[in-house]
Amino acid sequence: MDALAARCHRPSTRWLAGCAIELDRATLARGGRIVLDAVSASICPGEFVGIFGPNGSGKTTLLRALLGLPPPLSGAVRVFGRPLRRGNRMIGYLPQQRAGLADLPIRGWDFVASAWQGERWGLPLIGRRGQQQVMQAIDRVEAQALADRRLSQLSGGEVQRLLLAQALLGRPRILLLDEPLISLDPHFQQAIVALVRRIQQTEEITVLFTAHDLNPLLGVMDRVLYLANHQAVIGTVDEVVTDEVLSRLYDMPIAVYRIKDRIAVFAGHGPVEAEAHRHDV
Amino acid sequence: MPGTVRSKPKLIATMFEYDFMRTAFAAGGIVALVAGAVGFFLILRNLTFAGHALSHVGFAGATGSVLIGVSALWGLLAFTLAAAVVMGLLGNRLRDRDVAVGIVLSLALGLGVLFLFLYSTSASEATTILFGNLLGVSIDTLWSLLGLSVATLLALAMISRPLLFATLEPELAEAKGVSLRFISVSFLAIVAVAVAEAAQVVGVLLVFALMVGPAAAAQRLASRLGWALILAIFLALAETWSGLALAYVTDWPTTFWIVLLSCCGYFVATAKGALDWQATTRVEP
Ligand SMILES: Nc1ncnc2c1ncn2[C@@H]1O[C@H](COP(=O)(O)OP(=O)(O)O)[C@@H](O)[C@H]1O
Ligand SMILES: [Mg+2]
Repeated sequence: MDALAARCHRPSTRWLAGCAIELDRATLARGGRIVLDAVSASICPGEFVGIFGPNGSGKTTLLRALLGLPPPLSGAVRVFGRPLRRGNRMIGYLPQQRAGLADLPIRGWDFVASAWQGERWGLPLIGRRGQQQVMQAIDRVEAQALADRRLSQLSGGEVQRLLLAQALLGRPRILLLDEPLISLDPHFQQAIVALVRRIQQTEEITVLFTAHDLNPLLGVMDRVLYLANHQAVIGTVDEVVTDEVLSRLYDMPIAVYRIKDRIAVFAGHGPVEAEAHRHDV
Repeated sequence: MPGTVRSKPKLIATMFEYDFMRTAFAAGGIVALVAGAVGFFLILRNLTFAGHALSHVGFAGATGSVLIGVSALWGLLAFTLAAAVVMGLLGNRLRDRDVAVGIVLSLALGLGVLFLFLYSTSASEATTILFGNLLGVSIDTLWSLLGLSVATLLALAMISRPLLFATLEPELAEAKGVSLRFISVSFLAIVAVAVAEAAQVVGVLLVFALMVGPAAAAQRLASRLGWALILAIFLALAETWSGLALAYVTDWPTTFWIVLLSCCGYFVATAKGALDWQATTRVEP
């Protein structure tokens, strides 16, 4: 436990309380195939970690494993030092966008409210406390103007804000955000990243944020977690996003170029980020 | 029985002097409540085609039960329930679902034809199953419908909260501990009962009009979830009862009137929705 805690990166008193998330030689599978093989990493409370890797490298699998969907085949995954359980209130989750969501004729308010203790039996009447919580979550993502509009009338970035409000319901200590920037214009990407950053800092939430391109998250992330070939590497951008580390992880020649404050990562045949444009949504 | 009111012209006020009209109003009302509420979730879950398919599978059950001398309602119910459970368990694994469902429902209709042939019954039995005969509902059937409706509405009320959550946000609901499979199977079972009931009113071929029409119109007219649900139930009730009244006055089939009203409701709501949509300008903040 102490050894793992010592691996937490930040020289802050926070990690004395232990890690927010620990993967200890965890093997994760999806659809009967091993996706991540005996990976270890620990993430401190209040840290903002960007998770990158090609399609199918296991970003979604990793986030879902933290929710116990399903738990690891072997090794351990701990959240605030405790073993996994489904329905953990400490964790807020923004699932990867799926087709059809944007066609719903549902009001923004009703959409967010459906997630307030939606696992309970009975009628979907959320009561006064529930309404307060929903209102606060909508306020925190600055989506007041979207509450009365139908999802089918909202832009991609607006829907993402409502999804973020759902993830924030119940004041979780950890946020798992699965590709919230997908198919957004750069301008809206920046808005979402800035919003998440603001919430993360004011509420001291631990954030795991998956994305295809690391540029929108530069300057916001504390560390990056790169996934490829069933393996994971975690560290600061300067430690991990280098020719040597990424070439070893991807098992092919990778070239990293820094152009002013942007980073371009090239595999043998072209930019690695080109993956972003043929995503499987 | 409808033949007893052939005299014209008729005052609408005399409608409730007849037992069969009172029974029809009660049965229609009971079924409309369930159809409106279940149809609302059916549309949200994008399962309207599955509902349609269930009613066709029910045709084989209805004709089969007539063959062995049981009331058509129970045969319908047995077949729609069995089909619903299978569909729910297959769930997403049924990738090319439309094709599979389409083929199974063709088989069910074929079986229905065979059962009708074996029974060598009059065409009126088949017409009743296919297009409904609300004016011919017996007191026994009325009580059965009442029992089924109470059970269905209670079950729906029980699961409506996780059902809504799982419908709008399946991955999140799963993460919070909702069993998507349980929700899926139990909701389809509820749909199966609703379909069997609705078939008593408009027949297996036109269940769509009673279950989907009012709910679709309501979702276009009301954006608040609660209001849309209440409106769906109200529209189903209004369309069923107005259809009965119109059938009484005109002597044309009740089913025709209900289906016509359902279509009108849907198209008026769609037109209004389109106008509203144009009125609200889409501004990106
Ligand atoms: N629903 C699914 N069922 C079975 N296998 C899946 C499913 N989704 C993804 N996979 C497989 O799991 C692996 C990891 O996928 P995923 O975690 O979604 O990657 P990423 O999020 O990084 O794109 C991939 O090889 C993919 O083929
Ligand atoms: Mg993914």
